[in-house]
Amino acid sequence: MMGTDMNRPGEILSEQRHLGALGERLWRRAALVGVAALAVSVALAAATPGGWHRFFFAYLVAFAYVLSLALGSLYFVILHHLTNAGWSVVVRRIAEAFAGTLPFMAVLALPLLVGIRELYPWASGTAGHLAHGKAVYLSVPFCVARWVVYLGVWTLMARFFVGRSIEQDASGEPSLSVSMKRLSAPAMLALAATLSFAAFDLLMSLDPGWTSTIFGVYYYAGCAVAVYALLPVSAFSLQRAGLLRGSVTVEHYHDLGKLLFGFVVFWAYIAFSQLMLQWYANIPEETHWFVARQNHGWGWVGLVLIFGHFLLPFLALLSRAPKRRPAVLAVAAGWLLVMHLVDLYWLVMPAGSPSDAVPRLVDVTTFIGLAGLLVALAAFVVRGRALVPERDPRLAESLSFENA
Amino acid sequence: MSEARTSAAAATRTRWGYLAEFESVDALLEATEKVRDAGFTRFDAFAPFPIHGLDESMGIRTSRLPRIVFGGGVTGACAGLLLQWWTNAFDYRYLIGGKPFFGLPVAIPITFELTVLLAAIGAFIGLLVANRLPELYHPVFPNAAFRARATTDGFFVAVEARDPRFDVVGTRSFLESLGAVRVDELEDE
Repeated sequence: MMGTDMNRPGEILSEQRHLGALGERLWRRAALVGVAALAVSVALAAATPGGWHRFFFAYLVAFAYVLSLALGSLYFVILHHLTNAGWSVVVRRIAEAFAGTLPFMAVLALPLLVGIRELYPWASGTAGHLAHGKAVYLSVPFCVARWVVYLGVWTLMARFFVGRSIEQDASGEPSLSVSMKRLSAPAMLALAATLSFAAFDLLMSLDPGWTSTIFGVYYYAGCAVAVYALLPVSAFSLQRAGLLRGSVTVEHYHDLGKLLFGFVVFWAYIAFSQLMLQWYANIPEETHWFVARQNHGWGWVGLVLIFGHFLLPFLALLSRAPKRRPAVLAVAAGWLLVMHLVDLYWLVMPAGSPSDAVPRLVDVTTFIGLAGLLVALAAFVVRGRALVPERDPRLAESLSFENA
Repeated sequence: MSEARTSAAAATRTRWGYLAEFESVDALLEATEKVRDAGFTRFDAFAPFPIHGLDESMGIRTSRLPRIVFGGGVTGACAGLLLQWWTNAFDYRYLIGGKPFFGLPVAIPITFELTVLLAAIGAFIGLLVANRLPELYHPVFPNAAFRARATTDGFFVAVEARDPRFDVVGTRSFLESLGAVRVDELEDE
């Protein structure tokens, strides 16, 4: 189907590189599915007693998920420029499409502001005495101010990196690459800081008495797994739809597979590091977070993560062969995209439903809603554009890339 | 006369094989492909730098090193768990700070380190064994052309005499027909 076969130069010239009518259909349909699913969620929330409480927690899981895909994609784009990478040019536009959804995240975050008192004990004044020292930091005005900064920084970075890349499609100006390279190092620092603090505010402060200094890195590890899973799944889907048949080869899948494997291990390493120190110290104000996630069925979710988010993908992606079979890699990556959702469910939902780990219908519909909107926005960002940065100075290097 | 000298030399030294020199990467790739297709299995190529595609054109199978590394890793993981269980929870039970005798979370770091250590040792030793290293002498070393150009701009193919397809006259002319600029006979010790 693809690969380094003899007629590849012809395939590169003749391949379909624009989403075209498919893109119009994709973003409209995905948006329709997303809005419809969110409407069902709202109806479910209004119809059931305690429905809004569950709805806001489901929305937080789904928002943390789509945000992690967008931030992971921005991370991939910045890393590409920071390391002066050549191999990843042909898959960079896919990441740029998802990073380009970041300016819209401010709108998607608004329901969380509406539900802030349902979600966060510090916002409703029911936090325990342990949170007193954090009262200034964990106050609604300061939290909103921080989110304005996070979303502003992400929007600026997304507009800069995605905008310049699309501008280069028209002008072919190499100095655009140089300017992106120059800003990539400060951008990476800004991303690291905002992503960590956003993870503290969005997820860790659900339990204001609990702290883990590594928590930002844990969320980042999830973002990285998500983007290295998202790229092969997207590239494979696009190739199935008849696009990018020539430029994305088995060599690019192989490298994405290696990075996915590496970050699956990294995620497990960070998750374990977070657990072990608190397990060993055995201090109640630290361990209660894990106790809540080991009882009333949540322990089973944790086991699903140990096996499904680490051991199985570790063994599946360990050797060379599966990473060089795009269909196999796409299945493994799709599995990890589901596991990433389970991970966020395990982080968030015990705070809203400590005694019951079984997902509700509203969890599913809310997730479909935000995931549909994310796909719609990403397709909207690249509608009418090439799916490969056509005039990037390093495109030739990426097209002829081979693993040693 | 020359027949007599050759057989006299053969009495003390044995023919190891032929060394053919080529002028370019493309010539080397083409030659190794043809040597492979002719059914030779005991031959090697020498180049001053790594060449993409040489493995395929020589017909070299996938390395068995990953299996050795995996075996080392599994051994390390099992050894790490067994060591900690044996010492703390079985052979000399000693209660420390009210912790379980064998707690899996606290056993993970040592298990992880031993997994990495034995996998790395497996990679190191396996690489040496698979490449038959260290090898202090090789019959190509005394060859003048090899000494002069093997690390700068010479591309060589050595075919061993113990290859079942080897033929004293036929293999020499075969290598010459591939475009070799010279074909030298190599002797064993």
